[in-house]
Formats: sequence, C-alpha cells, structure tokens
Amino acid sequence: MNERLPRECELLIVGAGPAGMAAACAAADHGMSVVVIDDNPAPGGQIWRAGPRVDLPLRAQALRERFERLPGLRLCSATRVIDAPAPGRLLVEREHDAGVIDYHRLLLCTGARERLLPFPGWTLPGVTGAGGLQALIKGGLTVRGERIAIAGSGPLLLACAATVRAQRGRLVALAEQSPWQALAGFTIGLWRWPAKLAQAIALANPRYRAASRLIEALGERRLEAVVIESLGERREIACDRLACGFGLVANTELAQLLGCALDERGILVDQHQATSVAGVYAAGECTGPGGSELALVEGRIAGLAAADQYPLAAALSRRRARWQAFAAQLEQHFALDSSRLPPRRATTLVCRCEEVTLGELEAHSDWRRAKLASRCGMGACQGRVCAAATAQLFGWAPPPPRPPLSPARIDSLLLAGMEEVQE
Amino acid sequence: MIGAGIVGASCAHALALAGLSVRVVDAGLPAATSAGMGHLVSLDGSAAELALCSDSLARWRALAPSLPASGAYHRCGTLWLAENEDDLATADDKRAALAMAGIGSELITPTRLAALEPLLRPGLSGALRVESDAILYAPRVADWLLECVGITLERAQVTALEDQQVRLADGRRLGARVIVLAAGLQAGALLEGLPIEAKKGHLLVTDRYPGRVSHQLVELGYGASAHAGQGTSVAFNLQARPTGQLLIGSTRQFDTLDPRVEPALLARMLERARGYLPALGAINAIRAWTGFRAATPDGLPIIGRHPEREGLWLALGHEGLGVTTAPSTAALIRAGVLGEHPPLDPSPYRFERFRASAPADGQR
Ligand SMILES: Cc1cc2nc3c(=O)[nH]c(=O)nc-3n(C[C@H](O)[C@H](O)[C@H](O)COP(=O)(O)OP(=O)(O)OC[C@H]3O[C@@H](n4cnc5c(N)ncnc54)[C@H](O)[C@@H]3O)c2cc1C
Ligand SMILES: Cc1cc2nc3c(=O)[nH]c(=O)nc-3n(C[C@H](O)[C@H](O)[C@H](O)COP(=O)(O)OP(=O)(O)OC[C@H]3O[C@@H](n4cnc5c(N)ncnc54)[C@H](O)[C@@H]3O)c2cc1C
Repeated sequence: MNERLPRECELLIVGAGPAGMAAACAAADHGMSVVVIDDNPAPGGQIWRAGPRVDLPLRAQALRERFERLPGLRLCSATRVIDAPAPGRLLVEREHDAGVIDYHRLLLCTGARERLLPFPGWTLPGVTGAGGLQALIKGGLTVRGERIAIAGSGPLLLACAATVRAQRGRLVALAEQSPWQALAGFTIGLWRWPAKLAQAIALANPRYRAASRLIEALGERRLEAVVIESLGERREIACDRLACGFGLVANTELAQLLGCALDERGILVDQHQATSVAGVYAAGECTGPGGSELALVEGRIAGLAAADQYPLAAALSRRRARWQAFAAQLEQHFALDSSRLPPRRATTLVCRCEEVTLGELEAHSDWRRAKLASRCGMGACQGRVCAAATAQLFGWAPPPPRPPLSPARIDSLLLAGMEEVQE
Repeated sequence: MIGAGIVGASCAHALALAGLSVRVVDAGLPAATSAGMGHLVSLDGSAAELALCSDSLARWRALAPSLPASGAYHRCGTLWLAENEDDLATADDKRAALAMAGIGSELITPTRLAALEPLLRPGLSGALRVESDAILYAPRVADWLLECVGITLERAQVTALEDQQVRLADGRRLGARVIVLAAGLQAGALLEGLPIEAKKGHLLVTDRYPGRVSHQLVELGYGASAHAGQGTSVAFNLQARPTGQLLIGSTRQFDTLDPRVEPALLARMLERARGYLPALGAINAIRAWTGFRAATPDGLPIIGRHPEREGLWLALGHEGLGVTTAPSTAALIRAGVLGEHPPLDPSPYRFERFRASAPADGQR
C-alpha cells in the first residue's frame, strides 16, 4: 500500500490543513507539480480532521475532494518532516521508511498547536486541551452522557462546546476568562462577518460564564471535579472531563530551522506570503492564529504566488484583509489576562517528560539556565509544551529548535548526509 | 573568577575552600560545559595529559560522595574498542601507559566484550577496559560547586581586563588581588595573543532505552582523531545516561564558529556509530546539537600565572577534556595563588610554553 516517497517536486507543501489544501489547489491549477507532506493519517488539518465522528461542512468536503483529485499532486500522509538537511531539501520519515525530497519552492502550512498551561491537577487523566478534546471526539471518542467542563479563553472553547453538545455530552461549565464587556464588543463586531454570528449564539449558552478563572482540577486517580472562580466566588463542579484552552501557538520550528524570520505571532511573511528566506512561503496559522477562513485565503495566495501568478494573488488581498481584521478582533477580545490564569503552585508539574515542577523553575532567570539545571524540556517532546508554557508564565524566550524536529530513527537521519557526501 | 563553566566553578570552589572570598562573574554565553559529554576519561595523548587526567580522576572520585544526585556521577568505566589487530596493539600500548600513571586497565577478549555489551556488532577484536573512568552531568555539577560558602555569583559580562580589576558591560569595575580568566573560548576577546582555536563538535541524544549499554564506548581511533591537527573528523563515542538515554558523539571541525547542526556531518557521525552498534538504526533520536572546544596548539590546557600581567591567572584551553581535568586545574591554580606546593608538575601547562623562547609546538 505504501507508495514510494517522491524524490523531488516544484512545490513542496508541509501541512494538509485548510491552508495547505487551498494552496495545493491554486498551485496545481497553474501546472505546478506539488507534493504535500502531512503527519496526520488523512488531509484536513486540525479543523477538518478526518475520523468516524466527523461531519465536515460542505465547503470542506468540496475542497477535500478537489484536493485529493488534483492532477500533479502527490499527497504523503502519515509522513513527518524531521529536518532540513540542505537548501532545497527536506528529510521526511514514515512508519517504515524515510527519504529526502528536493523542491524548487517550499510552502509551510504547519498550523498551530494548543498552548497548554500547567495548573494544579492538569495532568490528571480526563483533562485535555479544548482542541485536543475536539480531536479525540472526531477520532471516535464517545462523550455521550459525560459531564464536561470547558475552561480558558478563546473561540475554540465555543467550538468545543458545540461539538460536545452535538455529541450529547453534558456541558456542566463553560468558563471564559474574558469579561462580558470584551465578549459583547466581540459579538457586536461580528456584523462584519455574518457567517461567524452563528458561533456567537453559543455565547448565549446558559452555562457560559465570562470573567471566570480556572482554579484547579480535583481527583484521585482521574478527574472528578473542577474548581472555577467567577464573580469572586469559587465553585466546585463535578465532571468527567475538563477541556481547557489558553489559545494557540504557531508551529514555527521548521521555519526556524530554515532560517525564516518570525514576528511575535508566528512566521513573518510579506503580501505574497513569502518568508524572509528566498523561495520559502508560509500560510495559515503558522503565521499567527487566525482561524480557518484566513488560512484558506492565505493558502490560495501563497499557492498562486509560488506559481508566479502575482496578479491573481493580489486580487485576493482584500479578502485576506477582511479575515485578518476578524483575527485581530479575536486576538483583542480573547487576550490572555495573567491575573485570570490559574494560580501557580510550586508542586505543579510543568515538564511532563522530565517531571519538573513549577517550583524548580521559578528560581531561574531564563529558559536555558532552567533547562540545564532541571532538565525541563529535555525529554522526547523537546519542550513543545513546557517552553510555550514558560513563555507565557515567565516571559522566557523559547529555545531555538534543533534537529530532528520530532523523535526520528537514526537510520532516517543517516539519509540526510549520505547523498551530500557522495555528491 | 571570569567564567562559571566547569573550570571556573572548580577553581572558585577550590579557592573558596582555601578561605579566599571569591566573586564569580559569568555572562551566560554559550558554554562548552553545557554542550559537552561529561565523560571523565584517562587520555594519554602525552605524559602531561595523562598526568592531569589521572590526578583529576582521583579528585572526582574523592568528591563523588558529596555530589548531588542530579550531578549524575556514575563510574561506568570506558571500553576502548578494537576493530583489528593494529587497534589491539594500540590498546596494549595504552594499557601500559595508563599503568605507568597508576591507572589499572585490562584487555578484554571478543567473547567477553560481547557479554559485557551485547549490542556491539560481532567481529570486533576486543577492547581495553578502564574501570576507573566515569561520567557526570557537568552543568549541574558546576552550579553545585558554586553553591559554596565564600562564593558570590554575578551574572554580568566582563568587557575588559585591567590592572587588578575588570570592567563590566554596565560600566562598573570590580577589583581583585587575583583575577582568574576561565572564560573558555571567549577568553580571546579579553586577552590578546591567546593561542586558542575553536573545534566544533556534534552530539546527539536518543529517547530512553534503559539497560541497553553500560560502559562509555569509544573507538580506539578516537585518541588519534581527537588530536589531529586539522581537517574534519568523526569518531565513535557513546555514553549511556542514567536516564537510559544514549548520548552519541562526536565530530571535530576547525575554522567554523557556526553553531548550526550540519546534517551531513551528523549523518557521518551516526553512520560510524551504527557501524559499531547496529541496533542504533532503529532507535529514536530526540535532538542533536553542537558545542565548541577551546583548543591550544599542543592539546594541553593553559593553567597558571600570566607571565606579565600582575595578578592575572589563566585556566582555559581544555579542549575536549575540560570536565575531566577541571579539579586538577583548580588544584594547580590554588597552589599557585596560595604559593603552596603543586600537586603535580605545573610546567607543561604554563602559558610561557607558547612564548617566543619556547619551542613552537610545545612538548607532546
Ligand atoms: C488541536 C486543535 C483543534 C482545533 N479544532 C478546531 C475546531 O474544531 N474548529 C475550529 O474552527 N478551529 C479549530 N482549530 C483551529 C484550526 O487550527 C484552524 O482553524 C485551521 O485548522 C488552521 O488551518 P491551517 O491550515 O493553518 O493549519 P492546520 O489545520 O493546523 O494544519 C497544519 C497541518 O500541518 C501538519 N504539520 C505540522 N508540522 C508538520 C511536520 N513537521 N511534518 C508533517 N506535517 C506537519 C499538522 O499535523 C497539520 O495536519 C483547532 C486548532 C488546534 C490546534
Ligand atoms: C561536543 C563536546 C563534547 C565534549 N565532551 C567532553 C567529555 O566527554 N569529557 C570532558 O572532560 N570534556 C568534554 N568536552 C570539553 C569540555 O566540555 C570543556 O573543556 C569544558 O566544559 C570547558 O569548561 P570551561 O569552564 O573552560 O569553559 P565554558 O564551559 O565554555 O565556560 C566559559 C564560561 O565563561 C563565561 N564567559 C566567557 N566570556 C565571558 C565574559 N567576557 N564575561 C563573563 N563571562 C564570560 C561564559 O558565559 C561561560 O559560562 C566536550 C566539549 C564539547 C564541545
């Protein structure tokens, strides 16, 4: 079943979420040979993740069908990019093999991941990210009849609440950090994005509590209850699952390995979605969280630009500006307020791989010193989770990524050099 | 003390124990101590190198019971691997040299080698086992050495060395009767004419695979490659961390200060490692990184008083052996500063050996 990995292509796209699929369509329509690499078993990215319990919106289905039938496209699912061993070349790994792929142009559509913040009880089974619970449900998890609490900040909480309800889960709490004023401002602003008004209706959910603060998760072996503070009052709410969302962090590691400049939101791009490195483009949430609509337009623009279709790309810039404005609204209204983050407790684990607590980190002045002294971030996840958390909690600059981007077999890494040496 | 790497920390510790009040200034620059492997190893590139190693290893053994658990001192021993009869002859020479320095070691037959380290490829000619060698986690040990009465640590950058004082980046000046320059590779920015050169090295660490390897494994060609005067070289060197992770080395490169991992060279290094340990191929690597060794022309560190500058002492240029030799470096500095009898002959390590009067290549 496993076809051989392609050796080269004109356009290599990393990520088959909305941005990557839209880009592949745009570029292939203009005759480019396109290879798409994605580490999930099927295309769709975070939002249109395939799975037994997925009802994709019609638009998404249409895009996926078109994408999968594109002439000139090679999709490599369940394939991870693990290193950028030389200019114009990526090293990829699958379950049973690995290879290098040479490209003329590269488009990064690596998306974003959830920011997970440590709080008392966060490592109890039953506690996940809001996006994580979304993904679990799409992947087949049944939550019917389960008591589910959702806490944190951002629109992903609402998306998660909608999914839970659609799956007949019992929503026992929906605790949003942001105060009502901010949310009201957000809802009012939505007239400019009519399609998004529907989401806002969720704001009217009776369980929705604004200006709330997640205090802790309680339980012996697994989650039993959650403590939430709102209007100065703490309540303990019995539940089977807790889904928390503290926003998204752009996946910029591959871009950093390639030497692309970043800004505070993600990979830095110009009006053509071009990064600071010649021939390398980026689109979607890896340039900064902004939702699937923005990812789609950015992807199309990037695909067109990579195919040298600049006028067509330019024609889409107004649409992009519209969704950028929407993203800016989200960012403004759901900004994390540190006074409403969960309380810190010295004994709370921050780094799960190496079992390092908050208390062990607090004594240090920066990530590097903390890591050397405590081993924080030195485990298999390479600080993906804890470095993002300490960036939020202590303002520490996360470490620059080092290859491999994710754990990779030594046999695979050998491929990086052999051809170089022979050449 | 300028520098809080393993060398600066060891010197500060020794001087503080001798009753001096020590101020350590460190800028938090990329340090060899946080990049290195922490193998405490008896190398015999020259008599002076071996003397320093053997004295140091004894000092680490004496200190071991007081080290914190996070310092991860472990006497795993070294197996020097022989691929052929020539290597075996080298192994036997090494055994004799170590014996002269009072370090016991034994030649191991291929059958015993396979029993000791079953993952090694079949067909090796044997090995030399040095049981007194050990490993430790140097960044943590350096921090621990500095947690000593009499030491204050200041996070600041020294921008100039003046007469019995240093200038800091923020304009302040700190005065001291004795100034020790233990700034590793960056010492050259503070003192002109230091004959030190960067040798870049790659390392890679794997996920946890406990119990697969027990000794530090090194190919016998390693000594030769470690002291090669030029060119890029790779040699097999593998350490089992107490976590079960495998730390794999190493490369040596001149003429570069670019810290990026070079995938082609990394691949060469891994290829070599897999040649010794075929099972490595299927093992997951989790990260690779590089570090820079501060190397002198003769491969020996510079330890001792600066010949002209009043009150200035040098403790630098330890290349790939600074974790091993930090305690003896500290003992030599202590003896010099206090005017005590030195624990070993200090002359091979003096800066003067590189001055016009001394032979250009020093003594091997
Ligand atoms: C966990 C999670 C769940 C979410 N759920 C929802 C939701 O239910 N509803 C909603 O509106 N929004 C959701 N979002 C927001 C969603 O990310 C965006 O709306 C949208 O999917 C962004 O599209 P994208 O194409 O930029 O990136 P993504 O959809 O994130 O796609 C990026 C793809 O690149 C792949 N990738 C990254 N790095 C590599 C690599 N090195 N090698 C190979 N492949 C790689 C990823 O696995 C992924 O498949 C979720 C976000 C997250 C993080
Ligand atoms: C890849 C690799 C593997 C190695 N493996 C081993 C091994 O297995 N065994 C072994 O014994 N050795 C090994 N070494 C060598 C060993 O790591 C070094 O010799 C040793 O760490 C040197 O320590 P140091 O204190 O002299 O220098 P460093 O650790 O480099 O410390 C110098 C310190 O000085 C500070 N500094 C510099 N300039 C200034 C300034 N102007 N102002 C203030 N502070 C300043 C820096 O911030 C730094 O903290 C290895 C080295 C490498 C690179």
